[in-house]
Amino acid sequence: MGLVLKQRSVLPGFGLTLGFAVLYLSLIVLVPLAALVIKSTSLTWQRFWEIVSDPRVTASYRLSFGASLAAALINTVFGFVVAWVLVRYRFPGKKLVDALVDLPFALPTAVAGIALTSIYAANGWIGRYLEAWGVRVAFTPLGVMLAMTFIGLPFVVRTLQPILEDLDPEIEQAAASLGATRRQTIARVILPELWPAVLTGFALAFARALGEYGSVVFISGNMPMRTEIAPLLIIIKLEQYDSAGAAAIAVVMLAASFSLLLLINLLQRWKSTPQTAV
Amino acid sequence: MGTGTAVAPRAIGEPAVVRWILIVTALCFLGLFLVVPLAAIFVQALEKGIGVYLVSLHEADALAAIRLTLLTAAIAVPLNLVFGVAAAWAIAKFEFVGKSVLITLIDLPFAVSPVISGLIYVLLFGLQGWLGPWLAAQDIKIIFAVPGIVLATIFVTFPFIARELIPLMQAQGTEEEQAARVLGASGWQMFFRVTLPNIKWGLLYGVILCNARAMGEFGAVSVVSGHIRGLTNTMPLHVEILYNEYNFVAAFAVASLLAMLALVTLAAKSAVEWRVARQLRAAQSAGPEEGRKS
Repeated sequence: MGLVLKQRSVLPGFGLTLGFAVLYLSLIVLVPLAALVIKSTSLTWQRFWEIVSDPRVTASYRLSFGASLAAALINTVFGFVVAWVLVRYRFPGKKLVDALVDLPFALPTAVAGIALTSIYAANGWIGRYLEAWGVRVAFTPLGVMLAMTFIGLPFVVRTLQPILEDLDPEIEQAAASLGATRRQTIARVILPELWPAVLTGFALAFARALGEYGSVVFISGNMPMRTEIAPLLIIIKLEQYDSAGAAAIAVVMLAASFSLLLLINLLQRWKSTPQTAV
Repeated sequence: MGTGTAVAPRAIGEPAVVRWILIVTALCFLGLFLVVPLAAIFVQALEKGIGVYLVSLHEADALAAIRLTLLTAAIAVPLNLVFGVAAAWAIAKFEFVGKSVLITLIDLPFAVSPVISGLIYVLLFGLQGWLGPWLAAQDIKIIFAVPGIVLATIFVTFPFIARELIPLMQAQGTEEEQAARVLGASGWQMFFRVTLPNIKWGLLYGVILCNARAMGEFGAVSVVSGHIRGLTNTMPLHVEILYNEYNFVAAFAVASLLAMLALVTLAAKSAVEWRVARQLRAAQSAGPEEGRKS
């Protein structure tokens, strides 16, 4: 096969479909992304470093990465519980709950943003009670984290669910009949099977939160140095007609996203190897 | 299974107390993060009564925003549909060098922040951009105009249909299409009579997801739109403007339309989901032998 670029086939349309797909991909995705990278290289290295190491920019990177990390961790813990409950137990309304998990994918981010803000504002349904406890959510980093938790909620649940469903109950029965306690079975038999999926879900939720804009900008309040996320700074730079500055901030974000994408692909491969080996 | 039944059920499940604690924890988490925000949208939209609600939806700018959102989706979804089918056909039915790279590249837009998805088009077509001066000379507006909004929407919804179809068509193999060809079907006959019926549920599933994102996209569209009322405001952008003007009832009224779209999407998605799973299972159970033959 080495030298043959395409295997012979009786099916038609290879040249047409591949040609169109590659052309469309290039025009919509590859050329514009390349434009971004080239734009940022129009800056000298020193200027690039000045932009991305500006205190306001580094503050936004810190908030974006920190809040995304916290949100992804929350989603990992609770997403695990939700996936477990949806796969293993029966309770009334389960189908509805299962369908609802995808709401953050379906609900436009701006709508989620204003809804969360109104709930957690000082006079909102929940914010009112938190305020009495001295806890502020809206217009603080806590609010940013909350919106990011909302947006990343489905990832861990949806990556874990199929793996949990495929888990053979006989393995657990075998462990139990060999004298393992339930806790031992979970720690030594179930969890090792789930780790790759948990990490994949975590990485997906983290990546999504990192780039998220719509649901965050309303609840964050966008105070310089305090509650500005990195995507917002890109928009601010653009509004100041500093497109090179916007490109510089974006390239750093893009590098982080692509590293995560690479990590997710490696995790997927790790997950699929043992299964095919069995 | 026979030996398994001898084990007491408690040894493989959790005690009832633990079970209920987990169920309640899961439901509280989902209630807090999903149900409460959803309820808040409708409660606030109807706060001043159904009359005010309807009036805020009938306002000219709101109607213009609804029209633009529908127009954008009506362009972006079919284009990504054609791309998705073409890409999946080439990837699933043929072997060629660079296939896995192509699959990775198709997923690329999902890894890009919505704001960056808008930015890349500003850098290309904006006034400071590469093609900007030339476009200005020809009097063509892309950024701060409808074409830019459509382009950004196409970018963020790019992978949805392709990534739904690729695994499905890969699992289905090529045997049925080959049979159709051998029996004398033309390319299009084969596609419409054999391939399309086999992938219709997966295709519909992809279209549902693609459409929801196309109508709801905010970040990418926000960068390229310029926020001109009545002209380049989509529904999500209109929600933002109304909200920032403290016109909360109107903001939540438009938002409630988008929330209803989301609920319809979820319902349609659930309805189609099991059919997609069935099609995939059917293909997988018949698949392995076909794969080896070809």
